[in-house]
Amino acid sequence: MTTDISPAAPSPAPPPSTEAEPGKEPNLLQDILSGSWLVSVLAIVVALLLGGVLIAVSNAEVVEAAMNIFAAPGVFFSTLFSTVGDAYSALFRGAIFDWDARTTERAIRPLTESLVSGTPLILTGLGIALAFRSGLFNIGGQGQVILGATIAGYLGYALHLPPVVHMLIAAIGGMIGGAIWAGIAGVLKARTGANEVIVTIMLNSIAGYLLGYLLKQSWFTHTDSANPQSRTLDDSSQMFLLLPSPFRLHFGFIIAILATIFVWWLLERSTIGFEFKAVGANPHAARTAGISVSKVTILVMIVAGALAGLGGAAQVLGTEFKLTGGISGSIGFDAITVALLGRSKPLGTFLAGLLFGAFKAGGYLMQSQTGTPIDIVLVVQSVIVLLIAAPPLVRSIFRLPTPVLKRKEA
Amino acid sequence: MSAQNTAAATLAAKSSAQSKALTPIAWKFPITYSILALVSLIFFGLIGRDGETTFRIATGGDLFAIPDVVVSSTVAGLVLSLILVIMAAASIYLALKRITLAGWFPMVFGILFVVSFLAWAGGGSGGVIPLTTLLAGALALSVPLIFGAMCGLVGERSGIINIAIEGQLLAGAFLAAVVASVAKNPYAGLLAAPIAGALVAVVLTFFAVKYWVNQIIIGVVLNVLVVGVTSFLYSTVLTQNPGLWNSRQQLPNLPVPLLSDIPILGRVLFDQNILVYIMYVVVIALQIFVFRSKWGLRMRAVGEHPKAADTVGIKVNFTRVRNTLMAGAIAGLGGAFFTVGSGLAFGKEMSAGQGYIALAAMILGKWNPKGALLAALLFGFSKSLGNTLQSIGTPVANELLLMLPYIVTVLAVAGFVGRVRPPAAEGVPYVK
Amino acid sequence: MTKVFGSFVANDHIDLTIEPGEIHALLGENGAGKSTMMNVLYGLYDADGGEILLDDKPVTFAGPGDAVAAGIGMVHQHFMLVPVFTVAESVALGYEPTKSLGLIDLAEARKKVREISSRFNFNIDPDALIEDLPVGAQQRVEIIKALSRNAKILILDEPTAVLTPQETDELISIMRQLKEQGTSIVFITHKLREVRAIADSITVIRRGKITGVASPDSTEAELASQMVGRQVSLTTEKDDADPGDATFQVRGLTVVDKAENVVVDDVSFDVRRGEILAVAGVQGNGQTELAETIIGLTDPRLGSITLDGKDLVGKSVKDRLGSGIGFVPEDRSTDGIIAEFTIRENMILDVYDRPPYAKGLNLKSAVINDEAKKKVEEFDIRLGSVVDPIATLSGGNQQKVVLSRELGRELRLFIASQPTRGLDVGSIEFVHKRVIAERDAGTPCLIVSTELDEVYGLADRIAVMYSGRIVGIVDADTSREALGLMMAGVPADEALAATAAPEENSTATAAPEENSATTSAEETK
Repeated sequence: MTTDISPAAPSPAPPPSTEAEPGKEPNLLQDILSGSWLVSVLAIVVALLLGGVLIAVSNAEVVEAAMNIFAAPGVFFSTLFSTVGDAYSALFRGAIFDWDARTTERAIRPLTESLVSGTPLILTGLGIALAFRSGLFNIGGQGQVILGATIAGYLGYALHLPPVVHMLIAAIGGMIGGAIWAGIAGVLKARTGANEVIVTIMLNSIAGYLLGYLLKQSWFTHTDSANPQSRTLDDSSQMFLLLPSPFRLHFGFIIAILATIFVWWLLERSTIGFEFKAVGANPHAARTAGISVSKVTILVMIVAGALAGLGGAAQVLGTEFKLTGGISGSIGFDAITVALLGRSKPLGTFLAGLLFGAFKAGGYLMQSQTGTPIDIVLVVQSVIVLLIAAPPLVRSIFRLPTPVLKRKEA
Repeated sequence: MSAQNTAAATLAAKSSAQSKALTPIAWKFPITYSILALVSLIFFGLIGRDGETTFRIATGGDLFAIPDVVVSSTVAGLVLSLILVIMAAASIYLALKRITLAGWFPMVFGILFVVSFLAWAGGGSGGVIPLTTLLAGALALSVPLIFGAMCGLVGERSGIINIAIEGQLLAGAFLAAVVASVAKNPYAGLLAAPIAGALVAVVLTFFAVKYWVNQIIIGVVLNVLVVGVTSFLYSTVLTQNPGLWNSRQQLPNLPVPLLSDIPILGRVLFDQNILVYIMYVVVIALQIFVFRSKWGLRMRAVGEHPKAADTVGIKVNFTRVRNTLMAGAIAGLGGAFFTVGSGLAFGKEMSAGQGYIALAAMILGKWNPKGALLAALLFGFSKSLGNTLQSIGTPVANELLLMLPYIVTVLAVAGFVGRVRPPAAEGVPYVK
Repeated sequence: MTKVFGSFVANDHIDLTIEPGEIHALLGENGAGKSTMMNVLYGLYDADGGEILLDDKPVTFAGPGDAVAAGIGMVHQHFMLVPVFTVAESVALGYEPTKSLGLIDLAEARKKVREISSRFNFNIDPDALIEDLPVGAQQRVEIIKALSRNAKILILDEPTAVLTPQETDELISIMRQLKEQGTSIVFITHKLREVRAIADSITVIRRGKITGVASPDSTEAELASQMVGRQVSLTTEKDDADPGDATFQVRGLTVVDKAENVVVDDVSFDVRRGEILAVAGVQGNGQTELAETIIGLTDPRLGSITLDGKDLVGKSVKDRLGSGIGFVPEDRSTDGIIAEFTIRENMILDVYDRPPYAKGLNLKSAVINDEAKKKVEEFDIRLGSVVDPIATLSGGNQQKVVLSRELGRELRLFIASQPTRGLDVGSIEFVHKRVIAERDAGTPCLIVSTELDEVYGLADRIAVMYSGRIVGIVDADTSREALGLMMAGVPADEALAATAAPEENSTATAAPEENSATTSAEETK
């Protein structure tokens, strides 16, 4: 195997799939046959099953029924299936379509909620995926989201501008915030070889404290509230709704779609993306071909950070409308799993972001209706990603044949 | 021929010039010292804050009653700052003479700077700085960091990058709380915690060694997984019957006779529960065994140059897995400090990013137990300082102090604070 | 004591017998299979056939541990030493003397190092860090390591490759001492002088087969011809060169590596339009660095590189490619291609941002596709589709992709390092034809090769490098013997004189090459 001898120690073998990359032209059938889509689907199935086990063992009724399994096996299984089934059906109703809802509006609202939750995940996930493709481990999504949200939010109430213009300026401010934050890691990596994993992890925490500090300064929050939070954003800066209230689907989702297309263009159709991917796949060959590895490193981080910052901006301008200490939630970390599930490809990341957004939206309904805590979603998500990272494991679980790589050695 | 001679001569001249020329003057540290000294002089001394600062040393029940030390904020600031300025000047002088500073120099400088800062911070409001509480808090906040850093160190020295320290701490905290609660005995929790940490390590090594999945990815994902599982079980099982599953159990303090009666430090260091004593043992043992034992030698060989280890018959992957599991157990113990060690019930995500600071401490400590210990203590101290200052109400924001460990770590990996060199083969799966 | 080998991948039915207390040289070019064989012997690889007999008893080694237990020690070409360990720790590793609690008895380990060190005058401090030691001393640590485990047979894999001449002399005296004390030594090398200086018996290997057994009193010329072979396998048809102006000039080029070793030492030469200058030499004598410095991957310490009157030193790789240099790197899989990329992407790896492939920031997918298909046709690349990853191609076809990329534009200079390494005969011939076609189009060509066949097949003039210097630049019809001597560091005039004296030497070797005696002594510097 080729070992990376870049100055930083852990050689980032590019995370996307250990299998042969399918050709540039997206060929769905070929992809399915080559097994990477199948592995993804199976990984999701296994993760849901494991989640089901966890739901079952933590449920008192199921445990009780299990104690009497020999006396009444039927009761055990019916309890088991109803408990797990209830939880997952609530998850589905909360995420896609609520057939129990009284009005059509309410019935289709879950789907839009999933899109709302998915929006920042997609944007941030794209930033992470872009870095992965370029051989950089951007673990700093969280910090970049925070910076993006902070600057976008601040511009949202500190400036007074006409609608749309205000929103766009705030969003651009968010992008710049994320870009600066990630750019620090990029510059340090390019100039001193500082490992971007460590630097971005540290920057995550620094960003958290920075926001915490700012929220206590009244010059920043524009409010005298004792709570560490900012004034509500001006209406002019908020991302306008795509559907009438009570739907919350906002313009951020359109931005997420545009960003996906942009990243696709960047990676697949532009000379810059060609450089990014070349450096990610083989920095030695890239250097021999005249590509400046350090320039690319900095640029990748800046673009990745801008996307993550945009994710933060979408969260504050589209959903939250004010800055709080928890503005970023766990978007930055979830986005890593989104990028991994999407195999660091734009479309894959988009779909993975929608899926995890749906999990998030559905999780709330599941929690409120069946008492199954939303934390199960984290379990399912992380199991999915672990399995996807090790396709041979999934294949051995399902006894699938190993795809033969048609690789000839000279 | 003449061209060749000239070239050779030029090169020879160059190399001899290099050997003759003294090493370049190391300006980095003198400049840092000077800036800090000036900050202290200007802000803590000259501008200063009126009023007095009280350093409370004694706590009730001490063998010796030591009176509080009361100083004028500005006077103390000025005096200390002048000493700092003198030290900074000395560092410049020594740098010009190309004499390397002794190891105590930065320590003394740092302590004086902190005291100067405290005198300033405590002034104005007539604040009381409870020194013992400050230090005890620092140690308490450091314990999980130290365990975590030791875990990371053993793993990375063996060649496995462990980002999952955070998850291992959390898992340890969870299992310790649950087992202690069910058994109604905190020591039972202490036995269970290492198992939880090791289980996380099992998953880590399974994917890293068997499937060569990138270790950073596994670590990040494992952290999410542990948060998910523990939070889920907390919300379902633990909260349904907290009396059974999540009652508070505390490891009792076991004061060491005599030692614990020493003022300030004795109290802080030797009136602690068994977990803290275990930490002392782990750090000392690792400091000795990593560098002097057969186990340590083989571990380092596997992490630096696995092929060389293989050529002398060492089983590379077996060594890595075994050591990483052991390291996981250490981190699990650290997690126990959050619950049974502090007498708290388990709470969602209660490790709160400490695993990442432990990682930072390990790096700042240059993968040495001693260094990681000092770095973890420094981080714990800055956090404790933040807490103390917040409680006495000073003008410095808590958050800025809390940021400090992370900024220092970024500077460290960027090479501003000495050279940081990780084990050469970390993160690279060994494939024959 | 007998060891017998049968067939395995890189070694084809090799038999080798080593007598106790002898120094047995295994002589062969790079890639001849010497190291593979020794790694099997040391238990690192499994043999696919054959057996090893030790004192007439068959033995099997499951791993290096077994080999060590059987009394075999090996000093690898790339040292198996942990840089951050001390000497004592390195020697102890795997065989640690321990006290209670598993603590290492460092006193014991140091004692052992001192004991062996003083026995052979190694002058090694057991507490020194490996990374602080010069290469020669590191090698002595490796020898101490083997001896501390009572090795009766010591395998030295290319031990002099990394040593200075003085260190080499020291090593040779150490080997003599070891031999006097009864240790057998297998000495793997491609350096003729050392073999003659020290070996008791010599086995010559070429392409995985034994080509001869020679005695140490054979002349260097004889050994050279056995080692490099004399079959003229490839006769690439080409017309005589019609050289034009010397548009590419290198003057006084000196390159220093990270460890401050001079790797290219005051090298000067010209390449004229329409001629091929081949740089011959044993691997590791500065050719790689020379090529990399010309393309801009490393900066020279001294000297100038001029193309079409413009100095290239200080320009970026991109600028140099832009000024019309085509570059085929030595290590194809690391530097030449990106395995995960598709074939058509690899075809534009260093021209992706220029017309016609790009317009502004946009890659022109259709053009890239069409051009790729054209090149596939032109260069006869066998593939499924241009959107398959290049990793699916054979080495020969991968190299054709690289060539199609580098030759697919107007060039002012063409540089190729080891352009046919690892390729099959058909591909080699194709590559050679394309290079000659490029020459005939008037491009100055610089070919770096360690394969003498290739050098003869392509060169109009030959520059031989030894330890960073150009030993001499000679005509393409210089004899193999003379080139072999030059590759061993013998100055051109001496080498030519030694081989020009007819009939005195080379009786032991096979039919002499027709031009060996008639080589002209003229040097074209």
